[in-house]
Amino acid sequence: MELLAQVEGNVNAIGYGLSAIGPGVGLGIMIGKALEGMARQPEAAGILRINMFIGVALIEALALLGIVAGFLFT
Amino acid sequence: MFEGTIFEFTRVNMIQVIMTVAIASFFIVAFRNPKVVPRGIQQLGELAVNFVETQIIDSIMGSSGRRYLPYLVTLFFFILAMNLAGVIPFLNLAGSSVVAVPMLMAVIAWVTFNTAGIRKHGFGNYMKANLFPTGVPKPVYVLLTPIEFLSTFILRPVTLTIRLVANMMAGHLMLVLFFSGATYLFLDAEWALKPFGLGAAAMGFFITGFEILIAVLQAYIFTLLTALYIAGAESEHH
Repeated sequence: MELLAQVEGNVNAIGYGLSAIGPGVGLGIMIGKALEGMARQPEAAGILRINMFIGVALIEALALLGIVAGFLFT
Repeated sequence: MFEGTIFEFTRVNMIQVIMTVAIASFFIVAFRNPKVVPRGIQQLGELAVNFVETQIIDSIMGSSGRRYLPYLVTLFFFILAMNLAGVIPFLNLAGSSVVAVPMLMAVIAWVTFNTAGIRKHGFGNYMKANLFPTGVPKPVYVLLTPIEFLSTFILRPVTLTIRLVANMMAGHLMLVLFFSGATYLFLDAEWALKPFGLGAAAMGFFITGFEILIAVLQAYIFTLLTALYIAGAESEHH
């Protein structure tokens, strides 16, 4: 069979790039919304910041799963 | 030392021992001779404990969470010391960038929050509250219970481990990439490429600053999530 296209090198980097898209968008939306909330109600800034970090941790785990998968399945 | 046996002593182990001794001696010196009016290094130590008390415990667990203060302070500063080893010159490798350290911390957190929940509610009620959330129709439990089991008892420690180890490993890789790139561009590359070494070195210093931020943030997030899991296990309704 004739090869039409071929990729050389490590394809895992592409996988990490793909897995970073979703969390990137998610983090952007969430931190933006949290900042919006803090600007509207400065007295709620403390509780918003705590909850923002919890959300950051949960979303960030997805991107990090991508980086770990790249190292595992070589 | 002891190569080939299970007691093999590597560079990472040496860094872990050094950082553990450093953080332990800091707290011992700070609280060896406590006074009512803190001065000098005791002030620094009280600031450290007070940070965990107000930022993590009071905002997540309320005043009933004060019992967990020693555990959470130890957790926070142990992870912080391990992470900061990644940017300290001549150590240059985070103690938590091998999977064993975050995994041990995650297992301790898992045991702690389950023990807290079972002690508060009893085994049956605790399982019922976690696996059968109220307010959904009966047939949904077929779908919901396995998902709840997976997310509460398996994915929580796994994500705690992966979050910390992947962050530390990725940071170390970035530092190595930029500084070895700068070394190559300065010393071995064609003359026309040498100015780009300056950019690589500047980027390396920027990443070093970024790594300090990440080290503090990851220690904070790990402790915050542990406190959240304990508070969730102890709360009355889910």
